[in-house]
Amino acid sequence: MGYGFVAILRRDLLLAFRNRGEIANPVIFFFIVVTLIPLGLTPEASRLAEIAPGILWVMALLASLLSVEGLFHSDYRDGTLEQLVISPQPLYLMVLAKILAHWLITGLPLTLLAPLLGMMLSLPTAGYLPLVLGLLMGTAVLSLLGAIGAGLTVALRKGGLLLSLIVMPLYMPVLIFGASAVQRSVDGFSVQGPLAVMGALLAFSLLIAPFATAGALRVSMHG
Amino acid sequence: MPQTPQLILDSIAFERDDCLLFSGICLSLESGDVLQIEGPNGVGKTTLLRILSTALMPTAGKLLWQGSDVARHRQLYLQNLLFLGHLPGLKQSLSPTENLVWWRRIHRDHSPLKNEEILGSLGLCGYEDIPCYALSAGQQRRAVLARLLVTEAPLWILDEPFTAIDKQGVADLEALLIAHARRGGMAVLSTHQDLGIANVRRFPLVASAEAV
Repeated sequence: MGYGFVAILRRDLLLAFRNRGEIANPVIFFFIVVTLIPLGLTPEASRLAEIAPGILWVMALLASLLSVEGLFHSDYRDGTLEQLVISPQPLYLMVLAKILAHWLITGLPLTLLAPLLGMMLSLPTAGYLPLVLGLLMGTAVLSLLGAIGAGLTVALRKGGLLLSLIVMPLYMPVLIFGASAVQRSVDGFSVQGPLAVMGALLAFSLLIAPFATAGALRVSMHG
Repeated sequence: MPQTPQLILDSIAFERDDCLLFSGICLSLESGDVLQIEGPNGVGKTTLLRILSTALMPTAGKLLWQGSDVARHRQLYLQNLLFLGHLPGLKQSLSPTENLVWWRRIHRDHSPLKNEEILGSLGLCGYEDIPCYALSAGQQRRAVLARLLVTEAPLWILDEPFTAIDKQGVADLEALLIAHARRGGMAVLSTHQDLGIANVRRFPLVASAEAV
């Protein structure tokens, strides 16, 4: 059962290591945009602190959206996807492995980078823990939901715009609860509520998204 | 004693964009058969092979593997199948060895053959660890054909397997096909080349005259 899962995970991580430059793109995008905010808006700490939670979350979301488009693209172009769809291993697990690899190379670095960028935006101390916890779960949800859209649009020549339209509404709750967790913590309220919702979103999408993605890929392959 | 057919195509038809590509294709394959699909470009050879691989669904008709409907017992069929299409899933930034290792893992191959031996026997000695993008088209094709040496699947479906390989490579592949047929395996391939294999069955694919 787990053979396909491990094989895909290892190969995708190896491929990511070979194409380091490409993979670093979303993280660098996240870094650059957040660096530019104080220059473009105001370097004043109190005003930056006000918008920091929202900015960090919006940028993390966009960085994730940018990278999810390529999730199945190269596999589709070189025929790997066809081999996966007709391999005797369960497609659910192989899709899950691809999503996990995607999260490990985009979501996790974004999460680890976020506190540093929070510092640049003068995020108050209370905000760091909910920011990291929220992003840790939230980026995984983004990868999972994004995969559905990537699976649906993989066979289209220019699916980028359509992918954004499909995936954006699904991303909204993640953004709302993620940013509000940080904001509430900064304002001195409990963050259990929004983080619990985020956990529920993660559990739900972990269960549903690989199935939906596997189905979407089958539809895309059958033309 | 006549053999029982392993794979039966029962009046397969395929329609794309309201245009009937082919219809009423009936074929059967027995152990040891090598079947060559012939026909001009665009007649639907690749489509037919992709239907056989279950990557595409036929518009009408069905496939039977050992008497059971493939649409219902897909897993069983896929375990017995090896399909190499036009784009066989060779990762350009990985070496032939890494590509082969990945493929063996996905297909749970436990045969004792070493990767270097397999690639060496295909003339890739010294190229095992070079990324595929640096190899020639023929060498890449050979790196893909390495899968034929490790698979235990009785049914091979090969789409234009002779593309880009040299004369020696063609002879090697023909020898592989002959050995496979002797072991009781079956192969369906599309090629424009005349095969140097005795008893190869030919199936000329003709365009459907009827356009819907």
